[in-house]
Amino acid sequence: MKSAILYAGLAATLVLSGCAGSKSIYYWGHYEENLYDMYIAPDNATVEAQVEEMEADFENARAAGKPLHPGFQAHLGFLYFQLGKFDLARRSFESEKAAFPESAVLMDRFIKKLEG
Amino acid sequence: MRRSVVFIGYVLVLAFLSGCATPKDYTAFRQHAPRSVLVLPPLNESLDVKATYGVLSTVTRPLSEMGYYVFPVAVIDQFLKENGLPTAGEMHQIPLSKIHDIIDADAVLYMSVEEYGTKYIILDSSTIVRLNARLVDVETGNLLWDGHVDVRVSASQNYGGGLIGMLVSATVNQVVASSTDQAHGVAAQANTQLLTTSGQGLLYGPYNPNFGIDGQ
Repeated sequence: MKSAILYAGLAATLVLSGCAGSKSIYYWGHYEENLYDMYIAPDNATVEAQVEEMEADFENARAAGKPLHPGFQAHLGFLYFQLGKFDLARRSFESEKAAFPESAVLMDRFIKKLEG
Repeated sequence: MRRSVVFIGYVLVLAFLSGCATPKDYTAFRQHAPRSVLVLPPLNESLDVKATYGVLSTVTRPLSEMGYYVFPVAVIDQFLKENGLPTAGEMHQIPLSKIHDIIDADAVLYMSVEEYGTKYIILDSSTIVRLNARLVDVETGNLLWDGHVDVRVSASQNYGGGLIGMLVSATVNQVVASSTDQAHGVAAQANTQLLTTSGQGLLYGPYNPNFGIDGQ
């Protein structure tokens, strides 16, 4: 798709994480690709396109039986917020908080902003 | 003469190996045992404007897989920009007390990108990503860990040897490089190596099944 070096990098990443003796904990889907595109190639990562991919990733994670990674629900909630879908945004922020209580202060701040 | 060359080579290999194996001191890390990490956009000391986000976009995965809660990097970036901090340099100046009150992160990962990009040498190219990182405890300001990584991937490493192969790879890579950012893939590798290498990277965090049983 992109370049041999990208693949070599990914392969090396796989080998390295293999060395650590652990399978991946989370389902990752399009997250890293979207983060990169948001800044470097924004036409490939409009808010709508990201939401579509993340909603698909949500289902894929469930099918794979893997938990959503840290920040998934917060990022999705932030996208819903940008689209004016405040109910969905709130639900996503609540989910992030439930899965990762470490995010509670920040998620509560965002939820308050939705109400404000 | 020949024997001394071999000897010097042997010493160099030993120096290299012991350089890699220098044990890190994890005392402060264990003492503070962070659960959550705030990653700020890295400072860019390279010549490529893509460096900051090329690196930021590939740090969440290795850090999360090590067992930490990682705050959503793009959301944080946007949140800080909206609050009057438009650049990575300004974000790195936020007082820890503010990070504690507003985000409640246990630790902050401050990174800088020293080099990022692809260099062309006759018939070959080399993609380089060089990073520095410091993990700082938010409550005390103590340094928990620091690391450095230098990853270089040569185009000729990815193809068969031989001059024709090199010619083809140099051509192919120049064409590819004009439309893509090869350093992005290398940045993923650099972040993984930096954060997860046993004995040099981070200790496992609470979401990793190996938490608390690090050999370090």
